[in-house]
Amino acid sequence: MQTRLLSAGVFAAIAALALAGCGKEEPKPAPKAEAPAAPAAPPPPPELVVKIGHVAPLTGNIAHLGKDNENGARLAVDDLNAMGIVVDGKKLKFELVGEDDQADPKTGTVVAQKLVDAKVNAVVGHLNSGTTIPASKIYNDAGIAQISPSATNPTYTQQGFKTAFRVMANDVQQGSVLGEYAAKNLKAQTIAIIDDRTAYGQGLADEVEKAAKAAGAKIVAREFTKNDATDFTAILTKIKGKKPDVIFYGGMDAQAGPMLKQIKTLGIKSKYLTGDGGCSPELIKLAGDAAEGIYCSQAGLPLDKMPRGADFAKRYKDKFNTDVQIYAPYSYDAVLVIADAIKRANSAEPAKIVAALPATATDGVTGKVQFDEKGDVKNGAITVYTVKGGKLEVLEVQGGSPMAQAVSAVKAEVKEAVKEAEKAAGDAAKAVEKEVKKVEEAVKK
Amino acid sequence: MSFHPEIFLQQIVNGLVLGSIYALVALGYTMVYGILGLINFAHGEVVMIGALTALSVILALHGAAPDLPAALYILAGTLVAIPVTMTLGYTIERVAYRPLRNAPRLAPLITAIGVSIVLQNVALLVWGRSYHPWPPILPTTPHTFLGANITDLQIFIVAGAAAIMAGLTLLVNKTKLGRAMRATAENPAVAGLMGVNVNVIISITFVIGAALGAVAGVMVSANYQIAHYYMGFILGLKAFTAAVLGGIGNLAGAMLGGLLLGLIESLGAGYIGDLTGGFLGSHYQDVFAFFVLILVLVFRPSGLVGERVAERA
Repeated sequence: MQTRLLSAGVFAAIAALALAGCGKEEPKPAPKAEAPAAPAAPPPPPELVVKIGHVAPLTGNIAHLGKDNENGARLAVDDLNAMGIVVDGKKLKFELVGEDDQADPKTGTVVAQKLVDAKVNAVVGHLNSGTTIPASKIYNDAGIAQISPSATNPTYTQQGFKTAFRVMANDVQQGSVLGEYAAKNLKAQTIAIIDDRTAYGQGLADEVEKAAKAAGAKIVAREFTKNDATDFTAILTKIKGKKPDVIFYGGMDAQAGPMLKQIKTLGIKSKYLTGDGGCSPELIKLAGDAAEGIYCSQAGLPLDKMPRGADFAKRYKDKFNTDVQIYAPYSYDAVLVIADAIKRANSAEPAKIVAALPATATDGVTGKVQFDEKGDVKNGAITVYTVKGGKLEVLEVQGGSPMAQAVSAVKAEVKEAVKEAEKAAGDAAKAVEKEVKKVEEAVKK
Repeated sequence: MSFHPEIFLQQIVNGLVLGSIYALVALGYTMVYGILGLINFAHGEVVMIGALTALSVILALHGAAPDLPAALYILAGTLVAIPVTMTLGYTIERVAYRPLRNAPRLAPLITAIGVSIVLQNVALLVWGRSYHPWPPILPTTPHTFLGANITDLQIFIVAGAAAIMAGLTLLVNKTKLGRAMRATAENPAVAGLMGVNVNVIISITFVIGAALGAVAGVMVSANYQIAHYYMGFILGLKAFTAAVLGGIGNLAGAMLGGLLLGLIESLGAGYIGDLTGGFLGSHYQDVFAFFVLILVLVFRPSGLVGERVAERA
């Protein structure tokens, strides 16, 4: 996997280089559909085609989730076309350009390049963190906005790309909710943490540790396993000796399943908490009745708790004759956010969309979408579930921690102020330059 | 740091169970090595195929008749898995190793790795890439001795591994077949002159090793209640380490090496963090195990109980 990621990265870099070479030569505006040679009748407003790229795995073992994402985006495109938005005197006609990345980082960069070559105005995708991160470099180099509906790895928005956005809470936000949940709701004074040494598991576990400590809990053990391990008895026995109130595991369901069975065999009575990697029906299948009563979280709201979730679910079902899986409302919102940016920028040029996105404040299906300075969604919701009767049951929904929100809001304000000051200074400088030029010209004359 | 005797005892139990599993798989490596001087890297995959075959049978049987005693399911699964892996073991030897018997030693090693990759991909095609859970047939309520928990299955694993090891030792040392095996190991050419059919003996060795692999596979997957196409790789590597630790080619050495490796891993993961004041964590459990292996090999290159074998041509 490492080498695959690496080669994908190398490929992305090469592709980006190639792109940088040829991309600059054609700064042509977005294609305009000219009105046909108009007869005498008043011409209909000319159309402006806006191509929205969409990438998700449409084949392979999470193809059902990929199709779900694409359907969400398609529903948004149809809604927007029905609305008949007019921008700069032209009627917008949205088109969805769907691509399949097979959940594979290498393919992800290939189709990203394909979308760039097809001159899409903005991209919704990809589904997985592993494909989103390498592809984000290609979109960034091409100056095309990318909004991921479902990639949660923090790295995606931490690369300093102005084009990278996401409409779902990241693992930092999830970790802080989980840590607080353990300390406050589960009343844990002592917590043992295990992670699987992957970017996802370790990252999430670190965030949980920070948040739990901040909330007053004590970390009595920090243990490690691997994402291909099946035997956890040694570390679990050690943890048993520490008698923690809660055991947190950062990793996937494939390990959490056998781990839960071993916890039961060893007679450990601690509560068990895990993140979205282990919060799946698959976990319940693997762990059987040992999964009963555990707690886990997923990034995002349950559909019936979303502001317009019920309506969305109904229209989705009517149109595609299937139920929403998970992320469709998020890809729907991602398209709305792009349309909103086009409206505010009064242009569908990729660069103008990128420039307009940070100021987004759109009311979507999932709630109000606003971005922080990195491009992460503000106040991303996290839902905590428990397993009851072999099914996941919603316990409660939490936003990002209020403190973090306040801090990021203040930070944003400060940045805004600094930007304004810079702008003012820049304007002044420009004015001076103009004056100088005028004087120079006058002197020449 | 406080010391809990019952936790220590539990770690010993964990180590014994894990070690018995390693030992069972290590027997397969050591038998083939003892006769041929070949490291059969495909053995881990044979174990995996055994486990998945048995699980498929158990699932089918459980679907048809859900109320039979647990032992019956496992017996049925094992009885189907054994002929499957025996055929597999014979085929591997016939196709991948026999044509290369007189080739340089590196060549069969490479084909062994190739066979291992092929088998993994075959399993991927047949069983898919998902994890397959066992049906809930085994009693999960453990027995408690002095604060340490152990299940019926785990007792069976430890006892079964010991019994199989004893049986194999008897086979090799007391039977006619065993004598032929030892003769082949000593010098295949001379054994052939003395009327031993070397090819048949080698085939039998592979077939017995593969049958043991099936039993080991069933035990491993039953213990962890899970099976998947990739399970043989890590297990094979650990078992190979155990075989080398004990002295590869030596049956008692495989058992000893397996148990020792299991105990080292278990106690290492359990106590290394506390002993080093948190400087080294449980992710060093493998490092710890391999460090012990290196130490042993430095002082006893042929393993703990391995005899010094004269260089063979």
